[in-house]
Amino acid sequence: MTEPVLAIRNLAVEFRSRDGWLPAVRGIDLDLAPNETLALVGESGSGKSLTALAIMGLVPGPAGRIAAGSSIRFEGEELVGASEKALDAVRGNRIAMIFQEPMTALNPTMTVGAQIAEAIRVHRGLGRDAAWRESERLLDLVKVPSRRRRMHDYPHQFSGGMRQRVMIAIALACRPRVLLADEPTTALDVTIQAQVLGLLEDLKREHGLAVLFITHNLGVVALIADRVAVMYAGEIVESGRVEAIFAAPKHPYTLGLLGSTLRIDRDIEALQPIPGSVPAPGALGRGCAFAPRCPRAVSRCETEPPPLEAVAPGRLVRCWMPA
Amino acid sequence: MLGFLLRRIALAIPTLLAVMTAVFVLARVVPGDPAQVILGDQATAEALAALRQRLGVDRPLPAQYVDFLSGILRGDLGTSMVTGKSVWAEVLAVLPYTIELTLAAILLGILFGVPLGVLAATRHNRLPDALTRVLSLAGLSFPAFVSAVLLLLVFAIELRWFPVISNPRSGDLLERLQHLALPALNLGLIMTAYITRVTRSSVLGVLGEDYIRTARAKGIGRRAVLWRHALRNALIPVATVIGLYLGTMIGNSVLTEIVFNRPGLGKLILGALNQRDYTLLQGLMVIFAGFIVLANVATDLAYGLIDPRVRAR
Repeated sequence: MTEPVLAIRNLAVEFRSRDGWLPAVRGIDLDLAPNETLALVGESGSGKSLTALAIMGLVPGPAGRIAAGSSIRFEGEELVGASEKALDAVRGNRIAMIFQEPMTALNPTMTVGAQIAEAIRVHRGLGRDAAWRESERLLDLVKVPSRRRRMHDYPHQFSGGMRQRVMIAIALACRPRVLLADEPTTALDVTIQAQVLGLLEDLKREHGLAVLFITHNLGVVALIADRVAVMYAGEIVESGRVEAIFAAPKHPYTLGLLGSTLRIDRDIEALQPIPGSVPAPGALGRGCAFAPRCPRAVSRCETEPPPLEAVAPGRLVRCWMPA
Repeated sequence: MLGFLLRRIALAIPTLLAVMTAVFVLARVVPGDPAQVILGDQATAEALAALRQRLGVDRPLPAQYVDFLSGILRGDLGTSMVTGKSVWAEVLAVLPYTIELTLAAILLGILFGVPLGVLAATRHNRLPDALTRVLSLAGLSFPAFVSAVLLLLVFAIELRWFPVISNPRSGDLLERLQHLALPALNLGLIMTAYITRVTRSSVLGVLGEDYIRTARAKGIGRRAVLWRHALRNALIPVATVIGLYLGTMIGNSVLTEIVFNRPGLGKLILGALNQRDYTLLQGLMVIFAGFIVLANVATDLAYGLIDPRVRAR
């Protein structure tokens, strides 16, 4: 594997509660190579969005923080503990992020053109006119029609899909190395979803982007990802190449996720939903976090947390009873 | 924007009509015969009848109503029963002083309130926040006439920085400002307290919005995010408060104008009440109602300027 552009080691994010600091992300290791799309998969509350926010240095404080001992290295530079100024130089410039909710993620009182141009002016030091022309070019790149007029429009005059294109234009404004995409298509109609995914794929190929794609939609994963990391209760429970995981999931949770996905070639009765829901950060037992919902759990799972172990080259599983 | 403006003004017309009707009805259901009040107990029946006829109160109510409305449409608010001067003349003579006082109070409120509110929001739950919260609560709970007396005691009587009696008619600009300072400060303190609280909670709310996170993710520094992205959105509720205040300025300015013995609409309305000057009172109420409607239209216009989504509607 080529040198990773982003290397995360032992990342933990915790939140303050009445019982002290509770871990929401627990000891994550991730590598992201240039030109690679890594899908981070899991249910709501599994910690995937928090992982992305931690990379951006945007864990909502003061109630939340990145725990001591965490490391996020971007092109060799440590981001954990870096100054706000240093982070501002990276954010939106070399690492960019797009969010799930295109309807609320844009400032309602600023024109779309001004919101794109802002990042360009801050990071690339272009003047007003040059930044405006560059923003027009970006709107063109993300295929927003009649861009010249649209630059002066406000977000409420755009549809959800068009707003997400604007978000992508903002994210790509400074030609980042890494793009963090937090469920960018979840809020969109299916047809628009496919358009936006196609656009992201094209842009990734043209710009050599490394993409961390956060989603709970396994159909999307199969379509765009090179590798997958499955998260559960703040931990990675399985990771590997997308074909390998779809062909033979090892962790019971991955199995469950695949089993609860609708497929055209199977009856709806064949759906096997996972009972229960992700435990809250404070409600974790001693053993495996998934054990209470796991059909394969044995007594050891209740008492001893399983380690993340290699079961094949490039394939990691956190389970005492892998399939 | 012009269409938005015209729509707002058109919407204000039925409101004004309703207010004028209410004013008319109220003036008629108040017990007592205006002619009797004016001429006193000793008046003869003939004198009373003659005055009733002159005042027009002997005619049937619908006819009076039509007269009243058509008078307003022609811009005629009638004449004061006591001074015999037209209501407009009475009002225009003192209106500039009330406007001067109100604008100064609002200016002070914005000047102090917005920065204090932003400060409190950005230091949420820390010392500056706690201090601003306590101070603004104190500012709101203090009755205007008490703070007016305190201001007079300290700055006019003890320190002698400002005159005790505010006479806005006097002298050059500096002198006029000196006369304006204490009354404006008195109203301005209340305004500051209001604006501080609204700005604080509004900025706090806006800072939690998704687009603020987007701006931070673009690598925009905290300060620039606050001033460029958060403040404009946070000012929408602040504009509402200022608009509402414009409407309630009457009540506050009445007390302030009395304590500082300063001419203005407040003192005019008090005089009209004391002297049972019904026509003046009726005219003043119509003018106040007009002001409140105007303040609301101005508030809506401010929304349109701040928020592009309002303009579209």
